[in-house]
Amino acid sequence: MSTVPWLTIIGAVPLVGSLAVAMLPRDPAPETLAEREREYALTAPSPAIEAELEARMADYDERHGSAAGDLLDADEIDRDVRERYDPQVDRRPAQDLLAKQVALGVSLITLGVAIAMSLRFQNNGGFQFVQTYDWVKDFGVRYSVGVDGIGLVLIDLTAILMPVVVLAAWGEEELGGRSVKTYLALLLALQATLIGAFGSTDLFLFYVFFEVMLIPMYFVIGSFGTSAASGARRSYAAVKFLLYSLFGGLLMLAAVIALYVYAGHSFLIGDLTRHAPALSHTTQNLIFLGFFIAFAIKAPLWPFHTWLPDAAAEAPTSGAVMLVGVMDKVGTFGFIRWTLPLLPKATHTFAPLVLSLAVIGIFYGALLAVGQRDLKRLVSYTSIAHFGFIAIGIFAFTSQGGTGATLYMVNHGFSTGALFLVVGFLIARRKSSQVADFGGVQAVAPWLAGAFVLAGLSSLALPGTNSFVSEFLVLVGTFTRYRAFAIVATVGIVLAALYILLVVQRTMHGPLNESNRGFTDLSAREAWVIAPILVLIVALGVYPKPVLDTINPAVRSTLCLNGRTDPVPTHAQQSASSPVSARFDSCTSTGGTK
Amino acid sequence: MILADAIVAPHLQYRALLPILIVLGVATAGVLVEALVPAEGRRNTQLTLSLGGLVAAFVAVVANHDRAAVVAQGMVAQDKPTLFLQGTILLLAFLSFLFMAEKSLDADGGAFVGQASALPGSSDERRVLASGRQQTEIFPLAMFAVSGMLLFPASNNLLLMFVALEVFSLPLYLLCGLARRRRLLSQEAAMKYFLLGAFSSAFFLYGIALVYGFAHSVDLGVVRAAAGHTQSDTLLYAGVALIAVGLLFKVSAVPFHSWTPDVYQGAPTPITAFMGACTKVAAFGAMLRVFYVGFGPLKWDVRPVLWAVAILTMVVGSLLALTQTDVKRMLAYSSIAHAGFILTGLLAFNANGLAGTMFYLLTYGFSTVGAFAIVSLVRDADGEATHLSQWRGLGRRSPAMAGAFTLFLLGLAGIPLTSGFMGKYAVFLAAIDGGATPVVVVGLVASAIAAFFYIRVIVLMYWQDPAPDGPTVAVPSVLTNAAIAVSVAVTVVLGVWPQSVLDLAHQAGPFLP
Repeated sequence: MSTVPWLTIIGAVPLVGSLAVAMLPRDPAPETLAEREREYALTAPSPAIEAELEARMADYDERHGSAAGDLLDADEIDRDVRERYDPQVDRRPAQDLLAKQVALGVSLITLGVAIAMSLRFQNNGGFQFVQTYDWVKDFGVRYSVGVDGIGLVLIDLTAILMPVVVLAAWGEEELGGRSVKTYLALLLALQATLIGAFGSTDLFLFYVFFEVMLIPMYFVIGSFGTSAASGARRSYAAVKFLLYSLFGGLLMLAAVIALYVYAGHSFLIGDLTRHAPALSHTTQNLIFLGFFIAFAIKAPLWPFHTWLPDAAAEAPTSGAVMLVGVMDKVGTFGFIRWTLPLLPKATHTFAPLVLSLAVIGIFYGALLAVGQRDLKRLVSYTSIAHFGFIAIGIFAFTSQGGTGATLYMVNHGFSTGALFLVVGFLIARRKSSQVADFGGVQAVAPWLAGAFVLAGLSSLALPGTNSFVSEFLVLVGTFTRYRAFAIVATVGIVLAALYILLVVQRTMHGPLNESNRGFTDLSAREAWVIAPILVLIVALGVYPKPVLDTINPAVRSTLCLNGRTDPVPTHAQQSASSPVSARFDSCTSTGGTK
Repeated sequence: MILADAIVAPHLQYRALLPILIVLGVATAGVLVEALVPAEGRRNTQLTLSLGGLVAAFVAVVANHDRAAVVAQGMVAQDKPTLFLQGTILLLAFLSFLFMAEKSLDADGGAFVGQASALPGSSDERRVLASGRQQTEIFPLAMFAVSGMLLFPASNNLLLMFVALEVFSLPLYLLCGLARRRRLLSQEAAMKYFLLGAFSSAFFLYGIALVYGFAHSVDLGVVRAAAGHTQSDTLLYAGVALIAVGLLFKVSAVPFHSWTPDVYQGAPTPITAFMGACTKVAAFGAMLRVFYVGFGPLKWDVRPVLWAVAILTMVVGSLLALTQTDVKRMLAYSSIAHAGFILTGLLAFNANGLAGTMFYLLTYGFSTVGAFAIVSLVRDADGEATHLSQWRGLGRRSPAMAGAFTLFLLGLAGIPLTSGFMGKYAVFLAAIDGGATPVVVVGLVASAIAAFFYIRVIVLMYWQDPAPDGPTVAVPSVLTNAAIAVSVAVTVVLGVWPQSVLDLAHQAGPFLP
């Protein structure tokens, strides 16, 4: 095994980057008219802008008399019209350019480290890149990191989405006139905590990251959210998000302390998997409830989801990508990483409950998505449906289900990320997120419409896109153990087609909404934002093998610790599980937890 | 001659008592300074003297760290937990003194009244205001209070404990009434504090009398030995209950908390900080000693009561804090809730409980001093603007101060990577270890409720537009800035790397009997 502390590096890079970005001096806004003109000259003239400029100037002359050709007013009108038509004209063009460049550089370095780390990863189902140091000895807390295949792919997801998100935030006007610098610093700090959560092998460390990640996200939603007009809805969404998550987190803290006290006075996953499963059934159930509520709020599962549509709708689109695309995965990841191996009896007891909630979530999310008038809320309701699929995959306790669910987490990050980004482009153009305000966009912006359709098809799991593979695996894996749940969930796919195709039809097709006539197609920056994700959507749909090969061994050893083996395809009796001690030796011998 | 022979001079071991003696000596010298030094030089002389005295006392505490002993004929236990607590009190007092000495915030002087005897609203008062004088007796008064606080957790004898209680309480009653602005409110607060405090002292004293009736001694070691042999004795239980009332009053636990919001609000803010941080450490220190040493054998009888008090305190403190509209009152209710969290550590009745409680007191003290220091900076024409609605948009006017206040609030809320989280974790872990899981569950729920009102202030500061004629954030002198900077540093460092202080707390080991 390598001695390079990969996980520490990949966590430290965004953290240091975040501090660096926060400490950069603020660029002054361009002062002189000459500078401003030079910047405007860079944006290509468009006939629509010229036409309206003409009209506005004529209108102005008419009202004030042609003699009043005041330069200042002309300049005002010019800027006003251009800004409304072209979202690429940054109101404060030169400001924080350095911060953006540094943030992008940091996120690319992180991505580079992630790639290098993934190339060194061996698919053996055990934890790798392990490092363990004492942190707070008196609490038995260690700084212990390590990843198996599940953690690795999620770290990769974070690393891939981050440069995209920085690029998307590059021209985001919706930050309410606040400092882009602070926003990027918060996003980078968020990335560091996410990587920390996916890479922790110490439960306490995981808890710390689980809670700390709320703070940057809280400020991302509350300070930089979209409702520029009224801060009230923004702060309502941010506070709701934080209080829900904190409440869940505190219940989890009780469970964490209880595990420490009753299961061997250690937080290390290796020690916990040795001692925790031997706890009595009742104790396990109580501890499980603590974890379950925290993860169900984070994921979110119905009925713990109500914070998500608010938070995602109010967050800036780049923030929403991180929130729904990556951060919510910490909840489902928590189920796989901590509850399945540590509390096998309780997970089996509660499986029917979780599966029921998940299936309800699939239908509830889909039905509400169909009825949404707001694009961002629509995408967040589709996510609630998707999280239902992930949860049934996890609680099916089969290797296909688990692998499918993990792959689903990655794919959902890409497909929902893409949807949010395209929606963000639309909102930037129209200054509205209402479905009714769009229509016939395809006619004026075909590439933009194409990107939306492709992201949507991925979301409804069309064969050939990435999500199909994971959804199929989840349903197959569930069918072999919980036939009824699998059949009901499959019906949910039909609804998925309904909500995606409906919104595509309402926004992209049909007669052109006249106020959208000036829509520009994807700019170069936007193309760079969306293209990598679309490429990945197709690539993972056609050739998911490398990712599956990475995930599968880790899922197998997790299920092995959970004490479940895949059902035999024939209706033969399920083999009795082996004695407890033998099970752990066999699960850990292949992996080498330490 | 013959009579004199019969009196044996007590063997006092002055070195062990040095921290207390230094502070008492400086306080006495401060009284002389008031009499002898000309008015214009008094403030600086007093400040230098007090800060020097606190530093010297702290050095004495550190120098004594491996000389744990019960000294002064068994009256004073200068054992390691006491030294830890005394060190904490001295550090927090040092910060509070810096903050008391702040003069640049108010256009016409510091936070304290020019002449306490001038009637509010009288022509006398106007003359004093115009002269720019300041009541510099605050320094010796506060030093007397510190000396009492140092002695309180060290007292191994209930009667001495009562003396210490009075020595630190009486100057505090007086200091509470010395606010420069809103003097009637301040005097009302002092009056309330005095009356209720005197009442609780009476309870405490009566409890001592009953315990003496039971054990024929007020020495904690003797009480412990006697309590260990008894099956059931009304005198003992009644005495324990009354002594507990006196102590619970001082830590502002429910149902003995009602003075806290009024006094915290009315007192000059530097005194509120001093009281909030140092009194809590001293009172909990004494409580630890009484319950771990004196009434240790009764822990199974005492525990249900403490459970109930802790649960009530956490829930009532958090819930009432939700409804507050004044920053100082909100912090007062938050201090009540925190008293409940600290009690959770105390009722663990094990070594971790002792260490966790001491660690919590340290973390809580620094966050509290820092938070009140910032409260005193937000001002309008009438002095401090403590109404929450006046705090709108503060994050935009003064990002640095709003950031520091946010950090203290997150620390008080117990968010990971702040000292508050580590403190909470330490007491909750000890409590679960000590079999008090239900209390911990209530504590976690109360933490969630408490998070709400802390977050509400953050929302106000960052996401609401400032009122056009709203308050400004005054630029303090280096004194307050230093106090805030130290508090910020402690809140962050103990949140990320608490091990060294935890080691200290753990190595302090048990109390000497």
